[in-house]
Parts: sequence; C-alpha cells; structure tokens
Amino acid sequence: MNSLFRIWAILSKEMIQMRRDRMTFAMMVGVPIMQLILFGFAINNDPKGLPTAVFIEAPDQHSRTIVEGFKLSEYFDVVTAVSNYQQADDLFLKGEITFLLVIPADFTKKLVRQEMPQLLISADASDPAASSNAIAKASVIVSKALNHDFVGSLNFLKSTKPNVDVIIHPKYNPQGITQYNIVPGLLGVILTMTSVMITSMAMTREREKGNLENILAMPVKPFEVMVGKIAPYVLIGLIQTAIILSAASFLFEVPFLGSFMILNSAILIFLLANLCLGFTFSTIATTQMQAMQMTFFFFLPSLLLSGFMFPFRGMPQWAQLIGEMLPLTHFLRIVRGVMLKAADFSHLANEFYALIGFIVLIGIVAIARYRTTLD
Amino acid sequence: MNDFAVDVKSLVKEFGKTRVVDDVALQIPKGQVWGFLGPNGSGKTTTIRMLCGLLTPTQGSGTCLGLDIITEAEKIKLQTGYMTQKFSFWEDLSIRENLDFVSRMYNLPNRKAKVDDVIARLDLTQRQHQLAGDLSGGWKQRLALAAVTMHNPKLLLLDEPTAGVDPKARREFWDQIHELTNQGITILVSTHYMDEAERCDQIAYLAHGKLITQGTVRDVIAASNLTTYVSINKGVRQFASALKAEDDIENVSYFGAALHISSTNTVAIENVIKRAPFDSLDWQKITPSLEDVFISLMTSVGNDKRDYQ
Ligand SMILES: Nc1ncnc2c1ncn2[C@@H]1O[C@H](COP(=O)(O)OP(=O)(O)OP(=O)(O)O)[C@@H](O)[C@H]1O
Ligand SMILES: [Mg+2]
Repeated sequence: MNSLFRIWAILSKEMIQMRRDRMTFAMMVGVPIMQLILFGFAINNDPKGLPTAVFIEAPDQHSRTIVEGFKLSEYFDVVTAVSNYQQADDLFLKGEITFLLVIPADFTKKLVRQEMPQLLISADASDPAASSNAIAKASVIVSKALNHDFVGSLNFLKSTKPNVDVIIHPKYNPQGITQYNIVPGLLGVILTMTSVMITSMAMTREREKGNLENILAMPVKPFEVMVGKIAPYVLIGLIQTAIILSAASFLFEVPFLGSFMILNSAILIFLLANLCLGFTFSTIATTQMQAMQMTFFFFLPSLLLSGFMFPFRGMPQWAQLIGEMLPLTHFLRIVRGVMLKAADFSHLANEFYALIGFIVLIGIVAIARYRTTLD
Repeated sequence: MNDFAVDVKSLVKEFGKTRVVDDVALQIPKGQVWGFLGPNGSGKTTTIRMLCGLLTPTQGSGTCLGLDIITEAEKIKLQTGYMTQKFSFWEDLSIRENLDFVSRMYNLPNRKAKVDDVIARLDLTQRQHQLAGDLSGGWKQRLALAAVTMHNPKLLLLDEPTAGVDPKARREFWDQIHELTNQGITILVSTHYMDEAERCDQIAYLAHGKLITQGTVRDVIAASNLTTYVSINKGVRQFASALKAEDDIENVSYFGAALHISSTNTVAIENVIKRAPFDSLDWQKITPSLEDVFISLMTSVGNDKRDYQ
C-alpha cells in the first residue's frame, strides 16, 4: 500500500516537471505533426514534375506535339528550351534539370517514312530513384502524343506498335548504383547531425553547470567565446570527413570526378554553417535537453527535405522551399555535383552563396542572442 | 577619478514586477574592506552582480574603479575579481587546468610560474591534477578565491567566500584579505558571519532590497539606539518565552548560557526587568553585539512585503 503512495508521489512530481518543461511538451506534440506532414505530403517515392529541358534541332509540328505531350504528362515539367548541348550540360551540372529531351533534325522525315526515328532522353541518373519512373513512361508519352497528329493523310501511321525509338542516356551514374548517391550525401548528413548537436550544448552546458556566471565575469567578448567554442569541432568535422571520403573511395568505390579543392571549401563552409546554427541553438536553449530537442527538430526536415533520402525535385513546391533554406540541401548539390558530375565552381556558385548567406544570417542571430549579462 | 572604488547610487533591479534591489547607494573608498550583510534573499548577490556588469540595473548609475557600470562593464571586468556564491569553476577540469584557464583568459605573464605559485600557496601541490569537482566544499571555496585573485584585480567582489570553510582556513582567508587591502585593493565581501563583519572597515546592511544601515561596526551599533541587557543566571532560559511575549522587548536571544534582551526603548525595557518575575534575575546592561543589532533590524523591518511572481 505504501508503495502505491510512493509511486503516486513520483508520478505527480514527474507530471509537474513535464508541464513546466514547455519545450519537451511542444516537442512531444510537434514532432509527430511534423513527421505526419513530411511523410504524408512532402515525400514522394514516385517523383513527378521533374524539370526537363528540350532541345529541338528543327522545330515543326511533330516536335511541338511531342513537347506538348511531355508538358501534359505529370512526370516531366518542361522548364526551358536549349539550343545546344553545352547549355544543357550546364543546366545538368547546376542541377537545374533532371532530363534533356532531344528531337533530332531528321525526326519528322524518318517518322513519315516509318524508319523508327530516334528520340533521345538524357537523364541525370546521379539519383537513380528520381528518374527511373519517368524514364519508364517516356515511350508511352511520345506515342500517345503523336497519335493525335496521325489524322487525315497521316492516318496510316497510327498504330499500337511503337513507331519511335526512345533512347535513354543515363548520365553521371549509368549503372544506377544507389551508393553513388547515398554515400556522398551521408557525408552531409553526418556532419549536420554531429556538429549541430555538439555545439548546441556549448553554452547550455555552461549555463546548466553554473559556469556561465564565471565566464561572463571574465573580460571575454561574445565573438571570442563563439570562435573558441566552434573551432575544435571544425577539426572533428574534418576528421569525420576524412573517414567518410576514404570509405566512399575504398569501400564503395564512389567515383570522384571533380575538384578536391571545391569540395574541401564546401565542407569547411558547410561545417561552419552547422556549427553556427548549433551555437545559436545553445544561446536559445536553457537546458542541454532542450538543445538536443532543437537539434532533432532541425535534423528531421534536413534528412527528409534536403534531397538526401527522397528526390528533391519530386517534392511539392512548399517542401522544396523549406528544403532550399537548409544548408544540407545546398551541400548535397555541391558534393554530388563535384564527385559524380565533375561540376566546377561556376555551376555551384549559387549553392556556395546560399551556404554563406546562411552563415551570415545565423551568425548575426547568434551574436544578437548571446547575452553578456545574466538578465 | 574619485577616491571611491565603488560609487553607485539609486541602484534598482527588478525581475518582472519584483523589486529585488531598491534604491541602493554605496560609496566604498579605495583600499577598504566592506562587509555586505543582510538576510537571505535581501539582494546582496544581485547588487554585486550589478557592480561587475553581470546584471544591468533597471535604474540607477555609478562607477566601479572610475568606470561606468553600464557602459564600461567590459573594462571593469578586467580589473575586478568576482567570486560567485555557487562554485562556478569547471568541475570536470583539474585544479591546475582551472587556474591555467583563468590565467590564459587574463593573458597573465609567466603563466606556469604563476599557477605553480598559487597551487603552492593553496597547499594543493599534491592534488593539483585532481578534478575540481572532487574537492570538498570548503576546498572549492579556497580554489575559487585563489582563482579570482590571480589577475591582481583592483576590486574584489566576494559573495559568501567563507561559506562552509573551516575556522583555520577562515582565519587565513581574512589574513589574506587584510594583506590585499594593504596593497590598495578594495574588497566587498558578503557574509552571514558576525565575526567576519567585525573584521571589516565598514559594513552595509541590506534588507528586502533596501540599504538599512551602513558604517563602521561601532557606528552601526550606536546608530541602532539599542539597549541590551544580559542575564547569566541559572535557569534564565525558562524565562525566554515569557520575555518574548513582552511587547516592549524587541528581541530575545540565547548566547550560550546567557540570554540577551534588547529594545530601542530604554525606559520600557528597564520597566520590564524591574517587574516580576523577571526581577528575580540579575540583569546587566551591555553594549549590544552586532548580532543583537541585526536581529533587531530584521524585526523592525518586518516581513518581506515584496510581490513575488
Ligand atoms: N534571475 C532572477 N529572477 C527572479 N528573481 C530573482 C532572480 N535572481 C534573484 N532573484 C530574487 O531576488 C532576491 C534577492 O536575491 P539575491 O540572490 O540577491 O539574495 P542574497 O541577498 O544574495 O541572498 P543569500 O544570502 O541567500 O545569498 C531573491 O528573492 C531572489 O529570489
Ligand atoms: Mg547571495
């Protein structure tokens, strides 16, 4: 009987503490809601509306019909027309398109002669999951579209057999090896997880253990504390990078086509972005527990909306918008671009700017949030 | 520049609606030791924190070492040593590592020699690699005191530095305090010990956030206008509750086997001890002790009427 009283005592104390810790409470409600929204609406294993460029060597009625067919399809989203391969390559390297549709000059001539004209679809296969379904649908889209044209004098071309040879050219990862996409991405995920988590404890630990008062009583500036706290973890991040990149190369044999220099600068900037964010969390959270929760709350969308687990272009617009705000999204584009596509700085400049912008913004928040007093 | 190491006036600190420090003015001349007294929660720690820039005053202004406490906190910190009430050094660093950190923060020359010296003075050479967290409470205090004096501050703010420290160490601590003041250092030390208050040049007494009295011990006692009688008769303790019930006696307290009674009203208290049954005891008029004065101050100020949220 006494045992019951004691259990009741502990239970009610626990309830009081839970109610007082608003953050934990908010997390317990917030995380399921976030997961429901992300998994329910944002994530799509059958990505549609993938950005496509078209290259029509000789525009005519049939090529227009085909492009129209692609526009109407739910899998392809024709975003631009290019006039040479160079332009298309740039767009691929920048990651702005997933597909390039090429309609050769002699297409119509061969079509009318029933010579099985070729239609070329280049696909960015660095993320095999993103493009496979769309590719599978391409032939059907083409024949369906053309059948509309086959009326009157062309009625004889109408058939159920394919009359066009759709050639798929998977770029960057022709064998469609998933590891090529996952392992470089993992580098970003691991760096995000560890660096945000560790630095988010930076100030909260001092506060919780009562050391903060001592630090504040010493003549040290916020900027100095921040740099001093972040610097050691840059080193740790670099060690992690070395481990993952070695594994990528020796264990998974992921190709490394681009410039080491670009990747290294990206890693440094990306690390800084995450460390600054973690430090900012640590100026907001009052306990280490809260810091952990904030990290988790940030990590979840990073994992799901950055293009790491699910194709970025396959997500709805609002999810892509959130994704654009996460450093991991930009880092993934850089690391995949450099390793798999040999992209150079001109293609990745925007991603670099985004990361630097993030650092500046978060850095300002961190310094503004940092209190030199106990108020 | 003036000759006050601390010169603040109308300091106010509010947390929410609670006025924790209310219109406090302090002028501490250079080279003096001041005792900061007052009951728990009276605002001593809060006042000290405002002096060294850890809290921004809600109202009021002033200087420490000639530097503005609001705009020049950064510079004040360079020349001030603040020992927190709760141990605030790193428990997961060793004694030496803690001292090393402090000396790096202040960029002290001859760091190693300096740290060696402090450790030797503390008599902790054998234990210098022990974690600070493993030290006993009193030793933590001694380590903290050594650490905050390392950079030769001109002003020392010590918040209950001797809480939990044994008598011998306390004696040594006060010897050190007086040595430091001889070198021109100014010290404000909060304490609940009366014997420590008596070692100070002056004391300031805070209650409910207000500065009630200040001055030398003798001045404070004189200003209290307190009349105190003592009785050492056998069995005097049995009269304590009856004496407490008397309206004219403001406080009754045991001092060993003796009983002190005090009142600000000399006539009234003398009437009481002439009455039965108290006239059966031998009463002797004495100079009130500091404790008598403080207890009477606490009683006269009454209960804390501040609004806590
Ligand atoms: N951050 C804060 N928020 C709200 N109230 C506070 C805060 N800090 C202190 N107080 C309140 O201010 C009052 C004065 O506190 P302070 O710590 O200055 O007292 P003190 O004189 O040092 O007491 P003690 O002798 O127990 O150390 C207390 O009632 C305390 O509850
Ligand atoms: Mg205090």
